[in-house]
Amino acid sequence: MSNHEYTPKSKIGKWFNDRLPLLTLANHLTDYPTPKNLNYWWTFGGILTFCLITQIVTGVILGMHYIAHADLAFESVEHIMRDVNYGWLIRYVHANGASMFFLAVYIHIFRALYYGSYKSPREVIWIIGMLIYFLMMATAFMGYVLPWGQMSFWGATVITNLFSAIPLVGESITNWLWGGYSVDNPTLTRFFSLHYLFPFLILGLVVLHIWALHVPGNNNPIGIDIEKPSKDTVPFHPYIVIKDLFALLIFLLVFAFFVFFSPNILGHADNYIEANPLVTPAHIVPEWYLLPFYAILRSVPDKLLGVIAMFAAIFVLVILPWLDTSKVRSAIFRPIYKQFYWFLVADVLILGYMGAMPAEGTYLLIARVATIYYFAHFLIILPFLGLKEKTIELPLNITEPVLGGSANPEMTKNNSNIRSNL
Amino acid sequence: MSDSDKKKPNRRDFILTATAAAGAVGVGAAVWPLVDQMNPDASVKALASTEVDISSIEPGQSITVLWRGKPVFIKRRTEDEIKSARAVDLKDLKHPEKDEDRAKNPEWLVMLGVCTHLGCVPLTDKGDYNAWFCPCHGSHYDTSGRIRKGPAPTNMEVPKYEFVNNNTIKIG
Repeated sequence: MSNHEYTPKSKIGKWFNDRLPLLTLANHLTDYPTPKNLNYWWTFGGILTFCLITQIVTGVILGMHYIAHADLAFESVEHIMRDVNYGWLIRYVHANGASMFFLAVYIHIFRALYYGSYKSPREVIWIIGMLIYFLMMATAFMGYVLPWGQMSFWGATVITNLFSAIPLVGESITNWLWGGYSVDNPTLTRFFSLHYLFPFLILGLVVLHIWALHVPGNNNPIGIDIEKPSKDTVPFHPYIVIKDLFALLIFLLVFAFFVFFSPNILGHADNYIEANPLVTPAHIVPEWYLLPFYAILRSVPDKLLGVIAMFAAIFVLVILPWLDTSKVRSAIFRPIYKQFYWFLVADVLILGYMGAMPAEGTYLLIARVATIYYFAHFLIILPFLGLKEKTIELPLNITEPVLGGSANPEMTKNNSNIRSNL
Repeated sequence: MSDSDKKKPNRRDFILTATAAAGAVGVGAAVWPLVDQMNPDASVKALASTEVDISSIEPGQSITVLWRGKPVFIKRRTEDEIKSARAVDLKDLKHPEKDEDRAKNPEWLVMLGVCTHLGCVPLTDKGDYNAWFCPCHGSHYDTSGRIRKGPAPTNMEVPKYEFVNNNTIKIG
């Protein structure tokens, strides 16, 4: 945070700023000191903001043409695709935008896991982030129901039935969620209403997320506390703004590839069949970004315990700052954690793959092992590793490894890279 | 206010507590309609029963009708199917129910065609018991619609129904 008091130059600016300090806020955001060693994994915050705005803009537009009614929803989506000017483009951007949003959020989360960004003093940023992630999943799920295709209908049936696992009140809760005795028109209309609302809740949480970030400032790849501002920092504008924009352009290449060349590859063909409450598709799969959790749900043979395991898989992430006992943030200085980190990445990918496969035979067995490992990583490995692991010595500041040399091999490697570039 | 006054509640504390309590009741009363509006409404409840003509169903055949938005299986069972359903030892069942209790009239099995796991519609004449099989997560049901294998916790539910006459069943 900048130390100096900001005063607008113009008279009218000063007049306004004395009454509503928006210009002070803008000045804080441009001058905000950022660690100068941030790598490209740090650009996903900006990318995610872009994704959220894109979803809100395209979503508001789709809401102008979509009809939330069980008899008309499916046709109104086809109407958007065929008749509305550029409707196909806006809908494909919205549908693939959800996948891109999750792609970015997973990279963002795994970046935080690698560099220990969730640790003190950034626990609140992390928890708000997890709330955002949870709301994103709820929003995406409800959005997938709106086209009222077969996958919409049966996905909604399966997911809402999760609540029927709750003892005693489960059935009343599902009936309350449905507004009836099965997924039907009342379910569709309330999902539409909430699907419209939740992104604005997410937007509010994003503001809190950034606010909480700006109190301690960014973590950085070597994960040490740095003085701000100092020779270890650069102002957010123009340095980070330009870098984030460049990363966004690369991200948009991927986004555009999906929208223009394979807009349906991430969806499911069955969703182009109108919802039919009498026929369940042979193989129900959620969207790809929910698959790891779906695999955990199915790998537990008991219905209630399966549901509990699925929610617990998200909850262990929320309490992660207190499960990881290591004081060292960045995996660069944690040789053993670094390996376990990649095991976790592999484990989540395996769970995702198993979630898409039928829950039987070898697939089920692998999913069960992967589920146990997932929980073991957070509940056993991380607490003990923090106490036992011998970490590599931390540099005193960001410039030290470059200018002063360091005993740490990782840093020396960077050092020689930098030297050879000079 | 002196320190000795803090310990025993005075009239002001009483008013504060009473106001907060009344306020909480008021907020609760105001919020309840906002919550209850999501429960099944009058028009949904009005569709609570349906009558089905079963005269054209041959033995071994089954039909599926929609009741309260959910599929209901009406199966006219063959002698073999009845026999195999009644021969099962209750100890072998995850959710022990006698076939006699599930199908009052042994020839007719009426039940919700909804898998008790996560609500998919099971396929008829499929699975290990050649009866019902849920494709979603692999639950096998027997000729009485009882869960025998897989993740579903209970048997398929038998709704309230009655024979209006020999050819008509009223569900609900």
